[in-house]
This record gives sequence, structure tokens and C-alpha cells, in this order.
Amino acid sequence: MLKTLGSFVLFMRGMVTRTERFSVLWTRTIDEAMLIGVDSVVIVSIVSAFIGAVTCVQIAYNLTNPLIPQSTIGYMVREMTILELAPTITSIVLAGKVGSSIAGGLGTMRITEQVSALEVMGINSTSYLVLPRILAALLMFPLLVILAMLLSILGGYLAGTLTGVMTAQDYIEGIRTDFIPYNIVFALIKAVVFAFLVSGISSFKGYYTTGGALEVGAASTGAVTNSIIAILLADFALAALLL
Amino acid sequence: MIEVSNIEKSFDGTPVLKGISCVFETGKCNLLLGGSGTGKSVLLQCIVGLMKPDIGSITFDGTVYTNSKIDIRQEIRRKIGMLFQGSALFDSMTVAKNVEFPLQMLTPEMTPEERRDRVEFCLKRVGLENAGNKMPAEISGGMKKRVGIARAIAPQCTYLFCDEPNSGLDPATSIKIDNLIKEITHEYDITTVIVTHDMNSVIEIGEHIIFLHQGKKLWDGTKDEILNATVPELRDFIFSSSLVRAAKRIDDETEGGISAFAEESEAGGGI
Repeated sequence: MLKTLGSFVLFMRGMVTRTERFSVLWTRTIDEAMLIGVDSVVIVSIVSAFIGAVTCVQIAYNLTNPLIPQSTIGYMVREMTILELAPTITSIVLAGKVGSSIAGGLGTMRITEQVSALEVMGINSTSYLVLPRILAALLMFPLLVILAMLLSILGGYLAGTLTGVMTAQDYIEGIRTDFIPYNIVFALIKAVVFAFLVSGISSFKGYYTTGGALEVGAASTGAVTNSIIAILLADFALAALLL
Repeated sequence: MIEVSNIEKSFDGTPVLKGISCVFETGKCNLLLGGSGTGKSVLLQCIVGLMKPDIGSITFDGTVYTNSKIDIRQEIRRKIGMLFQGSALFDSMTVAKNVEFPLQMLTPEMTPEERRDRVEFCLKRVGLENAGNKMPAEISGGMKKRVGIARAIAPQCTYLFCDEPNSGLDPATSIKIDNLIKEITHEYDITTVIVTHDMNSVIEIGEHIIFLHQGKKLWDGTKDEILNATVPELRDFIFSSSLVRAAKRIDDETEGGISAFAEESEAGGGI
């Protein structure tokens, strides 16, 4: 465990010690941002909208006390999605989609000697291949989390009003009650930390793949599993430290 | 010229290279010959810097490569072109982009027009002037090797390394690849090191051959000397091929060496 952690730290250090030219890094980061961010918009939108909808309906199902105002449902949907569901569930979804893609891509490049080809050319392969992926993830995860927050709240609104469990006025009143701007900051901090964990762990697992196709699959699986565990651990640590 | 001095390399306590010293000469096709598992590819990877030898030193034209500062290593690496066993083309780029890639990365001072001209020249040199827009997945194994060669020579390399350039190719394509490597070596006067266990390559392009066996260098010489080598391991290796036995027969009859056999084969004499 400690040896792996040490290797990870050295891997990260190697990535930033001899970086490529800024123009190369910028182009690669934008390319990766398209793959990581833009290509994930649909899945993140679907998941977050339904999470908001389900959260709204289930809270309404549990809040049967007539003394509790209906607007509480909107308030709880907002708090749950901003604080927990949007950043954490979105990152877990991205760990599956982006993490496996990063590990599989780098693993394939490794076993087909494309990484060696870069090294022989005198190019720092970690800087060229990994740094843009991590920068792209750091850039795109928060944007996707903001999108997830908006769509979750919208999903809750649609589910609440279309199923008739509450009125649109109650829901809007609820989502505007006792708003704490710091919660948004907290969610974005979580998104950045999760982005680093998912992209870093997946790159590490993919970059050090050895063997053949079977090992590439194993690296992808390991990347997703380890990323999700890291997300959950970091989620707890951040909540304990920052709230 | 590349000088390898007393290289040793072990994996988990198992020695793979046992004190290898040799010289790879400029303007010649230097062959690292040996059976599977004798350490040829490990030696090649130590030379190009993909592996670090446990002991020993490697010198490129008088500049020590092993254990030198990163700037010196980078400078030497930028003079190295390498053809990998599986070609190692970048899947996501077209053939032309693959050839252009080292130019983009290593020579930022070149204008896009200059790069395009160089790519066209290199692709034409390997006979692939019409394949620039194809993806690596759309071309044959032989074409991939030629693209690999074009990519290696694009930044005007001083040292060319080829790891089993004929693996997975039919004999006719293998000969074309061998001859292409030989022509490029002579044309640009570069130091070429080829890892192979293919006796056809020895006959075609073996200008300087280094024979490895169980991690040790047992023999070095030219293709004309190899048939008369007295090292038992080398004789076992080369005479396991019926092609070489035929070459030996012609050699004994004509005393022209293996070159005479190659010339006779090219003239249609056959085995």
C-alpha cells in the first residue's frame, strides 16, 4: 500500500518536472476536455435529472406530517443535490465513464509500445499523456457538477409538479429558503478533489499496465474500483473538515 | 558510433545481460542476432534508454548516455529514431500525422509548410506517398513498418534502432523492409542497430553482426564470416535454417561467402 502510494507520488512528480511546451499542453488539454467533459454531458444530464426527480418524490413520500410545509421538499432537494448528490454521484458516474476510458487508453498505448515510442523521441510521456488528462478533468468536473446541480433541481421540480405531490410555488419557495452560498463552494471543492482522484488514479493504473489485453481490462476495472473508493473516502474527509 | 561497455542487467535476481561490450559502427547495418530470450531486446532497450542497465556504460559518438544528466540524455534521444516490433503507431492519428508528430514535438522552429514537405518526402521515401490520409488500422503490417521507418527518419535521426522489423511479415515484404533500412542507413550515413533472429536479414543486410547467447556476446563479424564461425552456439543457431545450410553449400563451392549466395538468390538461382 505504502509502496503504491510512493509510486503514485513519484508518478505525479515526473508529470510536472519536465513538461512539454505550453502550446502542446494547451492543445492536448482542450482535446482531453472535449473527451472528458463534452462527451459526458448526456450521461451526467440523464443521471442528475433522475436523481433530482427521485429525491423529490421520495422526500414527498416520507414527509406526511401536515405541520411540515410542502416547501420543505424543495429545500431538501436543493440541499441534498448541492451538498452530496450532484458532486458525488456525478463523480462516481465519471469514474466509470472517464476513469475506464483513461486507464484503457493509456493501458493500450503502453502494451502497444506507443508510450515507449514517445519516450524514445525524448518526450516526457507522463507530461504529454497524463498531465492534460488531469488538467482537463480539473476543468470539466466542476462544470459538469454545476450542470448536475441545475438539472437535479429541475428534475425535482418536474417530478414534484407533474406527479402532483406539490405545487410549483411551494417547490420554488423551498429551493430559495435559507440558501447558503458556501455550499456551492464546498461542492466545487469536492468536484476538484474528485477530479484529481479519478484522473490521477486512472492514469496511474493505465500507465503502468503490463502484459496484454486482459491486463488492460483489469487496469480499467481497477481504475474504476479504486477511484470510487477514493471518492467515498475523500467525500467523508471533506465533509468532516470543511462543514 | 555507439559503444556499449560491460552492460549487465538482471530482473528479480535473474541475470539477462552478462557483461556485454560491443561497438555499433556508423553507416552500417549492425545486427543483434540471437535466439528468443537471449537478451537482444533488453540490450536494445538499455541502449535507447527505455531500461537502465545495472552496470556498464553506453556512449553515443563519445557522449556518455548512461547516468548522464537529463539534458544530455534528452539531446541524444532526439537523435534517435526507432522502429518498434509492433510499429507503435499512434492509433488516433493518420499516417501523415504520425510522421509529422516528432517534427511537431522536436522541431518547433519548423513552419507547417516545412513540416508538410518533410512528411511528404519521408512518406515518398518509404513508398507510401498515397497513404498519408489513412489511419493505422486501415493499412497492412508491412505498410505499418514503413510508416514506422518514415516516422523514425522524419526528424533526421543519427541513430536508427529496429526491434525485429520483419516479425509478422511475409518473406517478400521482409526483404523490402530490410533493403529499405539498408538504403536509408547508407543514404544518410546513420548508425543502425537491428534486433533480429531472422537469417534472411543476416544474408540481406548483415554488415556487422553481434551474436548473443544466454545474455553473453559470443561472436561478432560480418555476414561473410558468419558461415565459418567456430562458436558452437552460433553454428547451432545458424545451421538450424535450411536456407543457411544451402548458403554454406554455395559458399563451399564458390568460396564467395554469403554475399555470393544472396547475389545468386537475387539472380534467380534459388537454393
